Amino acid sequence: MSLDFSKLFTTLQTRFGDAILSTSEFRSQQVLRVKRESILAVMTFLRDDASAKFEMLTDVTCVDGLRLPTDMQKEFTERFAVVYQLTSISQNARLRVKAYVSEDPCEIDSVSGVWDSANWGEREAYDLFGVVFKGHPDLKRILMPDNYEGHPLRKDYPLKGRGERDNFPKFNYAQAQGF
Amino acid sequence: MQTTVEDVKKIAPKATHEVFKTMSMNIGPQHPATHGTLRLKVELDGETLAKIEPEIGFLHTGFEKLGEYRNYNQFVVVTDRMNYLSPLNNNIGFAIACEELFDVKVPERGQYVRVIMAELSRMADHVVSVGLQAMDLGAFSVMLWTFIEREKMYDIFEAVTGARLTTSWTRIGGIFRDVPADFSKLVKDYVAKFPAVLSEIELMLNKNKIFKDRTIDVGNLTSAEAISYGLTGPMLRASGVPYDVRKSRPYLCYDKLNFDVPTRTEGDVFARYQVRIAEMRESLKIIHQALEQMPEGPVNSVDHKVTLPTKDMVYQDMESLIHHFKLVMPGHGLIPPKGEVYSSTETPNGELGFYIVSDGTGQPYRVRIRPPSFYNYSSYVKQVTGRMLSDAVSCMASINVIAGELDR
Repeated sequence: MSLDFSKLFTTLQTRFGDAILSTSEFRSQQVLRVKRESILAVMTFLRDDASAKFEMLTDVTCVDGLRLPTDMQKEFTERFAVVYQLTSISQNARLRVKAYVSEDPCEIDSVSGVWDSANWGEREAYDLFGVVFKGHPDLKRILMPDNYEGHPLRKDYPLKGRGERDNFPKFNYAQAQGF
Repeated sequence: MQTTVEDVKKIAPKATHEVFKTMSMNIGPQHPATHGTLRLKVELDGETLAKIEPEIGFLHTGFEKLGEYRNYNQFVVVTDRMNYLSPLNNNIGFAIACEELFDVKVPERGQYVRVIMAELSRMADHVVSVGLQAMDLGAFSVMLWTFIEREKMYDIFEAVTGARLTTSWTRIGGIFRDVPADFSKLVKDYVAKFPAVLSEIELMLNKNKIFKDRTIDVGNLTSAEAISYGLTGPMLRASGVPYDVRKSRPYLCYDKLNFDVPTRTEGDVFARYQVRIAEMRESLKIIHQALEQMPEGPVNSVDHKVTLPTKDMVYQDMESLIHHFKLVMPGHGLIPPKGEVYSSTETPNGELGFYIVSDGTGQPYRVRIRPPSFYNYSSYVKQVTGRMLSDAVSCMASINVIAGELDR
């Protein structure tokens, strides 16, 4: 791999200081943990700086740490982890960036201005986990219906739903006349 | 050259807003040109798309939630239902992600068999997607021909996996059984006939005036735009970026096989069609080499902490009986270490990634599927806004968006 991650992490640490929480490696995959307040600055740096050049945001997703075993919970300073998978095509490298978001306020800056792919990715994370991405141009549900309540991929949401299948709103003929 | 509102205003500056009022229209979700259950809310200005808003989620089935309640081998069944044009690629992609998490190595023969099936499946996907693209643009016979070819490939899948569509073929650490004895012959016989099919398709489409008019310079994306939108697969390569997971991060035995990554620079619908055709030729090359190099031996990992031992061994050997018992009992056996991996493979539509978080129990804590169709389709608005309504059909077909994978 041409990208020297230890050098990149040192650069990030000197530049952003406290904002870089920690780094780790598992199965030779690199993980970078960032404070949520500085996610936008770090991500812009990772895209633009010549030592990083992560041109592509492959995926945005979220993990709910509510039911994790206690030893894994330590990593989760807050309930949710927003996970970004970055790919550098020019340097053939991958990096996973994680930022932690609390239950209330459940919000983080949007990176949709940095990569266009974040637009739908963040909409999905908002839809299924309820994480609000500040500054997103069009933050609304994408997979679930617009009038849906709750966020189904949260760990406290039951597998079989909360009776949405049985209790969905029904229109009678008189109401339908109005449409 | 299209006439826009601005052009008309130059000719008729006094025309009021009322004249140019746009018309709202709904396309789908039940429309043959929407390739599944996709809905488009469009604002039409004459025949130009002033605004377009795709609405997805009609096929949302909660695969990611379901994955948290199924064990690793059970989830292979769910992956079939994602991209239903190439279920084998999904099976293999998930198995590879799990093997990275479990740190299991598949024997060489198993890798070669997987490569051959993955490439056949890629050909089946590409050939149908080209056929459907042609059908959307009026060349109906191409679709019929390509479906005949897919049926023939499905015969091979049936011989190998026992199913035509819902293959559920892979297991963590291998596949559910070795390929039939005549596997090489089946594949060789079929692959020998395939170049003729490609030439036939090209003969029908490459010089077809209607097809060319409706695809060339339609839905152009520059390489910078394609990268920013997270496009992968033929769409990215048609925009001139030679990114292929098989080359950049070789999995299975792709590093031992010699093949090229076809690219085009135009980034339009016609370029995507050309890339798909060229990729099928590369797949043929890969299959020929893989059949030649395929060694004898086991297909499954010999680590029976992960893969089931054979029935003979279970009946004769106490160790194997224990392994079998532990693997099939819930809460025993297939337990990965705590940790998380993101692993991706090159499926016909692009990079299919699995992000698995394991909490050290039999079920994954979180399975995130990174669907190529989802990100490819997000660039749709960019491609068609300001173009004619008929281009919307052409672009949609070139993305090859599969609703099962898009909505999961």
